[in-house]
Amino acid sequence: MTLSDFNTLLPLIVLTVWACALLIVDLFIPKGRKGWTALLAVFGLALTLDLTLAQLGDSGAGFSGMITLDGFSTFVNALLLVSAMLAIGLAYGYVKRMGLERGEFYSLILFSVTGMMLMAQAADLVIVFLALELLSIPLYVLAAFARPKVDSEEAGLKYFLLGAFAAGFVVYGIALVYGATGATALSAIVSAVAARTANLTLLIVGAALILVGFGFKVAAVPFHMWTPDVYQGAPTAVTAFMAAGAKIAGFAALLRVFSLAFPSLAADLTPILWALSALTMVVGNLLAISQTNIKRLLAYSSIAHAGYILMAFVPFGSQEVQSVSVAAGLFYLVAYALTNFGSWGVVIALEQKEGRGLEISDYAGLGRKYPALAAAMTIFMLSLTGIPPTLGLVGKFYLFRAVMAGGFTGLAIIGVLTSLVSAYYYLRVVVTMYMREGEPEALREPWLNFTWGLTAIATVVFSFVPSGLFDWASQAVLKLF
Amino acid sequence: MTVDLILFLILALVAVATAAGMLFSRNAVYSALFLVLNFASIAVFYLLLGAPFIAMAQITVYAGAIMVLFLFVIMLLGAEQLAPIKVLPWQRPLAIGLAAVLVAETAYLLILRAKPAADIIPPAETVNTLGELQRLGMALFNQYLLPFEVTSILLLVAMVGAIVLTKREKGERE
Repeated sequence: MTLSDFNTLLPLIVLTVWACALLIVDLFIPKGRKGWTALLAVFGLALTLDLTLAQLGDSGAGFSGMITLDGFSTFVNALLLVSAMLAIGLAYGYVKRMGLERGEFYSLILFSVTGMMLMAQAADLVIVFLALELLSIPLYVLAAFARPKVDSEEAGLKYFLLGAFAAGFVVYGIALVYGATGATALSAIVSAVAARTANLTLLIVGAALILVGFGFKVAAVPFHMWTPDVYQGAPTAVTAFMAAGAKIAGFAALLRVFSLAFPSLAADLTPILWALSALTMVVGNLLAISQTNIKRLLAYSSIAHAGYILMAFVPFGSQEVQSVSVAAGLFYLVAYALTNFGSWGVVIALEQKEGRGLEISDYAGLGRKYPALAAAMTIFMLSLTGIPPTLGLVGKFYLFRAVMAGGFTGLAIIGVLTSLVSAYYYLRVVVTMYMREGEPEALREPWLNFTWGLTAIATVVFSFVPSGLFDWASQAVLKLF
Repeated sequence: MTVDLILFLILALVAVATAAGMLFSRNAVYSALFLVLNFASIAVFYLLLGAPFIAMAQITVYAGAIMVLFLFVIMLLGAEQLAPIKVLPWQRPLAIGLAAVLVAETAYLLILRAKPAADIIPPAETVNTLGELQRLGMALFNQYLLPFEVTSILLLVAMVGAIVLTKREKGERE
């Protein structure tokens, strides 16, 4: 181990130490003042973000090739850290109001983020698996955090059991890949395939099993069954974090593993990914139509968006399109994360105790009584549909363009058509807010208002100047290949 | 060689007997204890095969940690006595069928595909001896240092999570 090894992993090490220290410091913070814990957690995340941005442009490998540092990992890590800060902004008032205020909440979020960041930097399948567990276990606990509320316990247990099952798939896949190539390091897998010493059948089965496991994590159809129940039962602030963070990390790992280790399998895997993406878009959007509960609606919406992001993987076999499509996928993740936190923020503002205020009909009259909140929700719904002037439109534009360039016009058409379908249920929320009479009750908490306000402004402003962000994403990807 | 063979035969008998005892005893605690004995005799098999590390892992991990957990759960749940179970109608034929497949597979491998003994390469002397154990440790703390450390964080998180989910706060109602 030399110093350069630690440099490649510096932000992550700092965050891990911070999370451990926070566990201890929290013991000395009296109950009812856990705002300090939240503040310290955000401070740790900001420090880590600073260190991450300082790594911009650096690249290297560390810890005997277990860890890689490149533009891609820096980009994803920055996105994850911002997501975690937004999540804490949403959570602070919410956990207090719902009587869930315990310091471990914030430590667990920090630990989960370390797992996600490790995932983005993993260059070895062993690390991929450990990172997957490190990000998931805190999420299982957080989903059940509102115990002894039955919904929350159900969500935690369901997520745990299905997550453990999915992890089994990943491990089995990794074992088969190891059996086929004799290696777990991504680079060694490629060279084993290039040297024709690998057993290709075993390798394909292994890659497919890894895909199934990650399909669970990012909630792709047909591995999505757990999503609505878990998203509905988990405390709303946790759901927001889960929906964005776990997806970003899952897709980051998929991007790296598939484009680095398995490009030779593209001919076999592309049809599978095509079907997975199309199915996820169609089923997610169609099932969302009949939802009346806003949490379930957003859960199905997150499934549908997993389908759109999966589009970025379909052309992963062709070298020239690959970098564009991966950059488009990264850009879409940013757009999705911002919109996601904003829309869950509005849901939190309207949520009352005992799970009231979560039906779409509870949003009636919001436009008259709370114009700013309703305007923000309108922006998020437009962005999720892909209507200007929002980031969602730009993200979809880049994605569809990349997929068309790869020659998958059919998939792009499915994407456009399902977006049209999604307009129906997203705009129904907008119509309910402005056209129906009602007396909604919304909360005004400074941090919550700040979070949804900030994301709403960012969603609109970035849509006018998307090229800077897209260029960053493209540069991040250039280093990957 | 003959000592090995005698030892093996005795242990094989013990292993099979304890496995059967685990299956047929109606008290769950007896079942668990039979399983411990079974694990222990298999650990001695590993020693006979010249694999001291796997033997120790078998004792500490399986016979030690996992079985103690089993016993804890059995005693905490108070499930020592098995209630008579209603047998599913399709269970028995299915079990017989699967067992037949397993026997056929084993027979095929043993009789038809068995290689002459000369083909089997005896393990080199260094493999699985204490020297090998040293190399294992070196690998674990050099090449695999990071996964090792991540695992320790993972265990810490799991522990914190378990406490968060089970500990009652002061004044919290059940």
